[in-house]
Amino acid sequence: MKIALFATCIVDAMYPRVAQATVQILERLGHEVVFPAGQACCGQMHLNSGYFREALPVVENHVKTFEAGFDGGEYDVAVAPSGSCVASVKHQHAMVARWAVEKGERRADATLEARAAAVGDRTFELAQLLTDVLGVTDAAAQLGSYLPGTIAYHPSCHGMRLLRLGDRQLNLLRSVEGLDVVDLPEADQCCGFGGTFAVKNADVSSAMLADKVANICGTGAAACAGGDASCLMHIGGGLSREQRTTAGDAPVRTLHLAEVLASTREHPLTFDGGLALAGSPAGGAR
Amino acid sequence: MSSVSLGIPAVPPRGFGNISAVEPFPQAAHRELGNAQLRENLGHATHTIRDKRLRVVSELPDWQALRDAGSAIKTEAMSRLPELLTQFEEQFTARGGTVHWARDAAEANRIVEGLIRETGSDEVVKVKSMATQEIGLNEYLEERGIAAFETDLAELIVQLGHDKPSHILVPAIHKNRTEIRDIFLREMPDVDPALTDEPRRLAMAARAHLRRKFLSAKVAISGANFGIAEMGTLGVVESEGNGRMCLTLPETLITVMGIEKVLPRAQDLEVFMQLLPRSSTGERMNPYTSLWTGVTPGDGPQNVHVVLLDNGRTRALADRHGRSALHCIRCSACMNVCPVYERTGGHAYGSTYPGPIGAILSPLLTGVEAEENSSLPYASSLCGACFDACPVKINIPEILVHLRGEDVEAKHGRDAGPGGADRAGAKSSGRRRGLPTQMDVALGAASWALSSGDRLGLLEKGLPVARALAGRDGKISRLPGLGAGWTQSRDIPAPPSESFRSWWKKRQKDAPPADGDGSTRGPATGGATSDGATEGEAQ
Amino acid sequence: MSAREEILGRVREALGAEPAAVQPSALAEYRTESGLDEDALVELLVDRLEDYKARVEVVPRGNVAAAVRARLEGKEFAVPEGFPAEWLDPSLDERAVRDSREAPLAVVRLDGLDAVVTSSAVSIAETGTIVLDGSPDQGRRAISLVPDHHVCVVPVETIVGIVPEGFARLDTTRPLTLISGPSATSDIELERVEGVHGPRTLDVIIAR
Ligand code: SF4
Repeated sequence: MKIALFATCIVDAMYPRVAQATVQILERLGHEVVFPAGQACCGQMHLNSGYFREALPVVENHVKTFEAGFDGGEYDVAVAPSGSCVASVKHQHAMVARWAVEKGERRADATLEARAAAVGDRTFELAQLLTDVLGVTDAAAQLGSYLPGTIAYHPSCHGMRLLRLGDRQLNLLRSVEGLDVVDLPEADQCCGFGGTFAVKNADVSSAMLADKVANICGTGAAACAGGDASCLMHIGGGLSREQRTTAGDAPVRTLHLAEVLASTREHPLTFDGGLALAGSPAGGAR
Repeated sequence: MSSVSLGIPAVPPRGFGNISAVEPFPQAAHRELGNAQLRENLGHATHTIRDKRLRVVSELPDWQALRDAGSAIKTEAMSRLPELLTQFEEQFTARGGTVHWARDAAEANRIVEGLIRETGSDEVVKVKSMATQEIGLNEYLEERGIAAFETDLAELIVQLGHDKPSHILVPAIHKNRTEIRDIFLREMPDVDPALTDEPRRLAMAARAHLRRKFLSAKVAISGANFGIAEMGTLGVVESEGNGRMCLTLPETLITVMGIEKVLPRAQDLEVFMQLLPRSSTGERMNPYTSLWTGVTPGDGPQNVHVVLLDNGRTRALADRHGRSALHCIRCSACMNVCPVYERTGGHAYGSTYPGPIGAILSPLLTGVEAEENSSLPYASSLCGACFDACPVKINIPEILVHLRGEDVEAKHGRDAGPGGADRAGAKSSGRRRGLPTQMDVALGAASWALSSGDRLGLLEKGLPVARALAGRDGKISRLPGLGAGWTQSRDIPAPPSESFRSWWKKRQKDAPPADGDGSTRGPATGGATSDGATEGEAQ
Repeated sequence: MSAREEILGRVREALGAEPAAVQPSALAEYRTESGLDEDALVELLVDRLEDYKARVEVVPRGNVAAAVRARLEGKEFAVPEGFPAEWLDPSLDERAVRDSREAPLAVVRLDGLDAVVTSSAVSIAETGTIVLDGSPDQGRRAISLVPDHHVCVVPVETIVGIVPEGFARLDTTRPLTLISGPSATSDIELERVEGVHGPRTLDVIIAR
């Protein structure tokens, strides 16, 4: 299958390793990965902040870029290693198209809504693609995924509630050889990111983050894994600020699902030259 | 107050009363977050109710079908509202009741005062009601020498504590048992000084305190959970029996009901009487529900009135993307599951309606241009827990985003376009389309950069510079301006030395695809991101 | 313009020319029947009522009077005029205070009584809900409210499984009271406590 990678702006610019890992996983399964060069961003930050007019060109660019590849047969589906960006593509793009028509925007394009919906229909979140389309149920057996250590898992809100991912991400993580996924208390609670919410309502957001960080560290896991780079940046930023460390004095990290799945016996995921989850599970994080 | 107009205005007038924030949400939230006792009380209460709700909801195999039905009935009711209101009026009147109409809070208060005066009484007992809370009826009556006694336990706690409600179902949710005991000891004249903080004892104290009031009251005031158009029936859903006392014993009963509470058919109750109790108190059924239709000779109040209240509801109805907020059955599930509400409590929202529903309903009732409510749609991380919990499937996150859009338009809208008429209110409220804010500038620039792969790629060439700026520890801990909100509690990882886009390009160049079809496929890299692993890492 | 005209005008204006939504009955995919037999209905109702801390007893039809007597022995109680005579043991007559719409007891009198006994119109097993509809065997709403102890007879044929079956049997134009356990409150820390303003004791006698 030919698969277009929508890296998402945050992964492209801040977490290239997540996109690289996504490529590795898909290629390991024998699929061909394409990176449509015109892509940039899903526009979620603008949309969720109410800046629809500013979101419109971002959405147009996304739809234009990906529909060209679908129409030209360059790829069959698109995948992004981010639940919230996929949710935006699937649910919000048509909405902003409608908004532009209703408001009589100069850039309004009556065809955009249907085109956005068509792109949305063929766009998948990574775990969704792996589980529902590519039939991956056992990461160790099918992908050779191997990562010794203990992690907690945070199911991001948009993956959980807008995409209804259910246990797809968790099941993939649980099937990684050597990996112990511990229960995260209050896992379904938002980490407090919410895009510009984190700056507009910084106090409430920080209070939510503090609870998330405390819950993660309470599990004793060496890292918190998730499927959304933006939430992980938020949680990671809190862990870093609070200088949270494991019993082995390694920093408590955040890991993207793709990085965990891409890790193998031959080429395990490493940080600073050491195994990614060294220090676990010897004892609780503090 | 608002209703002086020449003909029917394009946008219905806003509502007034206790539906406005008094200060911007972030400011109020900052203060409330500092109250450790409040945080603890709310954390305890919301977690208790969340578990209970989940338990009883998961018991029903057809919960989702019931939610769909509830949502559909409400949609139908809104679309047939003129007809249903008229039918309700006819039926209620035919069965011996009197119907009054109130354009806004002030008019409703005047009507109720007039009705009380006619009875010659100067005190009334009250069943907890959001509508009368919204119009500020108690304060209005008190200023005019009429004493209104709240009889719901939580309302009583709030009233005795000279406090404000912070939750639509349990207005005293912000108080714990010890604080409640202290209020009772201080404010109940006849209370046993040895009163303990055991909830059972506290409930008994309330029973004793209110007993005489119930037995002697001549006038009662209630809200209504439902009004059935088909036969003019009203319904109140409650737990303690204070509702039954008020609805049954006095001679005169005055009900204030929002116009959106009308349901087409009696049969619709079979849906809402399953959705409401399980969503609100997490019970299979609430202890008591009373349904009455006009006057029943020889049984209950013989002088029965209903005041149908607009107060901004038609304004909310005029917003096609927001109107489903009027489907709300006031169960409080959305606030009980809300991570923001859990931490700030209800007072931070200013309005009678706190939490997620308040963050959309208050600005819809007043118009989001009303400066005081314009920060409410931002009081959410859009996590979606409210939408999942809502028994009538109000898509609160989507309406929040819609209202943010309206707010941005109202403040900084450029070309008004055909929708411009909607924003007449922005001018009348004295709001100037302001100078661009930091957020405007930042998001405007981001829009330019993020609407083209080339432009984003160009900007990403600056990553090594940013990486260098982050310094040795590989993180950014202080940013100016808007970014300061972020760095208040979070670091930003040093950016990687290279974007994915640029890495990919190189990879394509280094290893041209074997099949030579010009696709962008490259060979698999060796292991797991050994290069990237040290980059962009938060620590 | 009157407030009525103005509000209705605003509503029409707000709705614009949009067509009325379809009748939702077509969408009703929720359960409308429980399919439970009598034994299952009784068992479920008992379970749910006990969960609310009501006292429940299932007795053969012929033993109702005895069961009622056991609950009311030595108490002065209200009884609606239409309460079936065969359910009231003559030994209780002396302390039974009759009430009807035509000759209602004063509220203070009711407050002085120890208890009340009524029949009931419909009971919903799944939610443990007993409905009174003001018929002569159930009486005025006040009598089942003011006394602190309510003894309620539930004839087995009035039990249904789920809420829609219950409403299907009810006439909403009658004054209806849905009772699910003794009065209770969750207003203190959202924990349920039984016994506030309504009767603090609810005794249910299911007559089979
Ligand atoms: S919005 Fe929904 S969940 Fe919130 S109070 Fe209203 S009905 Fe309940």
